[in-house]
Amino acid sequence: MENKIYDYLLTLGDNSLILGHRLSELCGHGPSLETDIALTNISLDLYGQVRNFFQYASELSGEDASEDSVAFLRTEREYKNSWLVEQPNEDFAHVICRQFLFDSFHMPLMKQLCSSSDERIAAIAEKSIKESLYHERFSSEWMKRLGGGTEVSNQKLQSALNHLYLFINEFFQETPLDKEMKENGIGADLEAIKEVYFQNVNTLLKEAELTIPETNWRQTDGKQGFHSEHLGFILAELQYMQRTYPNSEW
Amino acid sequence: MLTTEYSISDEIFEIIRSVHDPEIPVLTVVDLGVVKKVRVKDHKVFIDITPTYSGCPAMDVISDDLIAALKAKGYQAEINLILSPAWSTDMITETGRKAMEVYGIAAPLEPSNDILALTEDAKMVPCTRCQSKNTKLISQFGSTACKALFQCNDCHEPFDYFKCLK
Repeated sequence: MENKIYDYLLTLGDNSLILGHRLSELCGHGPSLETDIALTNISLDLYGQVRNFFQYASELSGEDASEDSVAFLRTEREYKNSWLVEQPNEDFAHVICRQFLFDSFHMPLMKQLCSSSDERIAAIAEKSIKESLYHERFSSEWMKRLGGGTEVSNQKLQSALNHLYLFINEFFQETPLDKEMKENGIGADLEAIKEVYFQNVNTLLKEAELTIPETNWRQTDGKQGFHSEHLGFILAELQYMQRTYPNSEW
Repeated sequence: MLTTEYSISDEIFEIIRSVHDPEIPVLTVVDLGVVKKVRVKDHKVFIDITPTYSGCPAMDVISDDLIAALKAKGYQAEINLILSPAWSTDMITETGRKAMEVYGIAAPLEPSNDILALTEDAKMVPCTRCQSKNTKLISQFGSTACKALFQCNDCHEPFDYFKCLK
């Protein structure tokens, strides 16, 4: 059972880890000082949540594991994040749209996990939710501002949405692990979240004067360790120090 | 859940109270409300602290500072980071809120007003310099995860606002 909770913690933490990394790439490169600070603040919050999940995971796996080894020393196939969060920053519209599509999932997920039968997961969720509320507010406001802004900002956001929309169904793909965790009361019910998700997202997209993309093709399987080529580049950067100087600390 | 258990001597309490938040040096860790429980066993002090924000780097510094302050007075200490009950801005003491205001950081509003001030541009956060409520939001996120940036329209003072977290 502990092995399974360990795997589930990775499922919960990896999205925040990879998205946190993507956002950290913007540190000093944001389009304005305020958005730069906001995005790196969000990155910091996500890293904080990841630390909580991975500290717990490392305790479960025992041996010499630490939060750092869980974060840095896995191979690509062992990461369980979705394709959405590994998509590159491209432009500000992509950054905001990716954030919005993630926040809209992350909030209801954390809300559900507050009543997890695993007290530690419930405590982490309770903590995360308070911060994620600010993230969701930030990304939703920007969606409306860009969507309802100029013709150019609307076009750029629409094009980002058309691309990123392909990856959102993956959040609700129920793996055997998700199913088991749901049934024993530890994990979330993804089907229930899906309903809330599309309701909220579609309402906001309409308000932001965007067209909901029509496509039947959906990317999945990030949770099972299959990723886009982007993850390899992310890991190359993320893991360089620990791979080159094992156990280095600063 | 605002209770804090202190079953300790005044001496140890004073040592703990001498430790300040590294980012907001006018706030003691007690006034910030992060110290949740202190116990003493066999001359060793066990302290439970709860993080303000999950990723707040100040928590590591606070832990180190607590250990160092107690060590300087001959006590060994062990810090335990707890997540539940999750910290909320209600845990900041009245003394803490006043110290913050004097230092130039507006204290957190109630949640409903906090949302209005941060998203609807409602004029509710009082300027820490002239107390005018004619202020505007500059950025929802500030120099640390817990703050937003505001500016006063009357005296033009830029100042931090400590966001409500409940």
